[in-house]
Amino acid sequence: MNNQEIIKKLYKNTETDVNVLQDPEIAHLVVDHNTVLGSQLVPGLHVDVKELEDGIDAHITVDEGTTIGKRVHLCFGMLAETGVQRILMNITIEKNAKISVLAHCVFPNAVDLKHIMDAEITVKEGAEYTYFERHIHGPKGGIEVYPKAVVHLGEKSRFKTEFELVRGRVGLIDIDYETTCERESILEMTARINGTGDDVIKVKETGHLIGEGARGALITKIALRDVTKAEIYNKLTASAAYARGHVDCKEIVQDQAVAVAIPIVEVNHPKAHITHEAAIGSVDSKQLQTLMSRGLTEDEAVELIIEGLLE
Amino acid sequence: MEILHVKNLGLTLGGKKILKNITVDFEKGKVHAIVGPNGAGKSTIAFTLMGLEGYTDVQGDILFEGESIVNLSVDERACKGITLAWQEPARYEGLTVEKFIKAAAKEKSVDTVREALSKVGLDPDEYVKRAVDKTLSGGERKKIEVASILVMEPKLVLLDEPDSGIDIESIEKIFDIITFLKENGTTVILITHSLSVLKQAEHAFLMCNGEIVDMGTSKEICRYFEEKCIPCDHKNIPELQVRR
Repeated sequence: MNNQEIIKKLYKNTETDVNVLQDPEIAHLVVDHNTVLGSQLVPGLHVDVKELEDGIDAHITVDEGTTIGKRVHLCFGMLAETGVQRILMNITIEKNAKISVLAHCVFPNAVDLKHIMDAEITVKEGAEYTYFERHIHGPKGGIEVYPKAVVHLGEKSRFKTEFELVRGRVGLIDIDYETTCERESILEMTARINGTGDDVIKVKETGHLIGEGARGALITKIALRDVTKAEIYNKLTASAAYARGHVDCKEIVQDQAVAVAIPIVEVNHPKAHITHEAAIGSVDSKQLQTLMSRGLTEDEAVELIIEGLLE
Repeated sequence: MEILHVKNLGLTLGGKKILKNITVDFEKGKVHAIVGPNGAGKSTIAFTLMGLEGYTDVQGDILFEGESIVNLSVDERACKGITLAWQEPARYEGLTVEKFIKAAAKEKSVDTVREALSKVGLDPDEYVKRAVDKTLSGGERKKIEVASILVMEPKLVLLDEPDSGIDIESIEKIFDIITFLKENGTTVILITHSLSVLKQAEHAFLMCNGEIVDMGTSKEICRYFEEKCIPCDHKNIPELQVRR
């Protein structure tokens, strides 16, 4: 198979038309295991990739004041059934730059696979970085995913990240993100995961609001079925005046699944304020019965409610 | 012709008799009301007719179009053409108005959804992609719930306190929908303690303390309810005198 054929096979599993990669205004980087299959840059965006034995080491920089007009596409995947993929990322969004990234992590055939992402992200003063990571796994669940990121937000910067794993089996996922937020920066971190079978889900999201007026939201939405296990540790600390934050965890638990959610809020300044909300349990009875009174079976109603939660 | 025959219906919850030996008929294509003070058992009878969880262990029988439905589940009753709108509709995080309404629709198309939203007075462009969640007001959720009932094209609709928690303009829209349902041959049962809602009905049942204590035209029941029930201070103990 040549590179283009592998790219097509990877994107076939996504909802994205592979032809977007032909657009000269859309920057992209596509990697299968440790091989760069394709890449394209646009003015103001620099990507330096080194192929490692088991993955890649990528340095991505957006020049000061640059707005990358069209969403950048990243694709990290493996068509193989077994192996390890390690993605090392160092991302710097320079002052007042803006970029939005859609990353697909595609492992459709996983039987015994490990995907490790280790990222250092710096979003400098006034910059904006939006990162949407969508995982597409196969039906077997033979995969372990370890996304880890250390993020620093400069003054008045903004970082919005969404992690989605709702297609295919989760396998084991262990997310560990930690963000430090300077003055008037904004952090939004959302994870949506759909667990089935004997999947194991661990989410640890931490935000430190250290600058005056910094704001942060940590949101986790998880559906658990069968004998899935989930542990969610979301921690938000505020140590500056007018820092505001919210931790929100919603989990729908079905069958013999087990969910543990531990929201930690820590306030070290009298003018800071953080709230948290956690709702864990079975599907709400009124929601369920409303849909059933429209003719949906119980299973169909549960599916629709979960689909909404993970939307 | 009756569409629904309730025969000696009884329900006990937590050791207390909530519905007591109720026997009533609901005529097909008419707008009926079940009226009574708070705690009379009005919503309970609606939930029992719909077969909601916790309201199925009944005595007596419920015949819909001549067939007993007491052993049918909620969705099985819905498939026969019965549905219910709650006093306070459920909220669904993330679920779009389009998906919520489409799930109920016989004709599962966006056009059907848009048409239903227009009928209840909501701009489809503004609402189809919104979530049925806490960002909607009570009135908006109520209208969206009614829209989901319209697309279902049911034979029998139970509307529990349809004027609860909504503004006057929205109430008028709900009344228009009641008229629309009737014109399309749907039987409507209004559960209410509101005189303005009661007046939308052609026929009414007066309920007190788990019993149907009277029935008649809505005008007759309205007069009795206004004069006797509203000022009544002996809650749920009906006077046994006849209303006329």
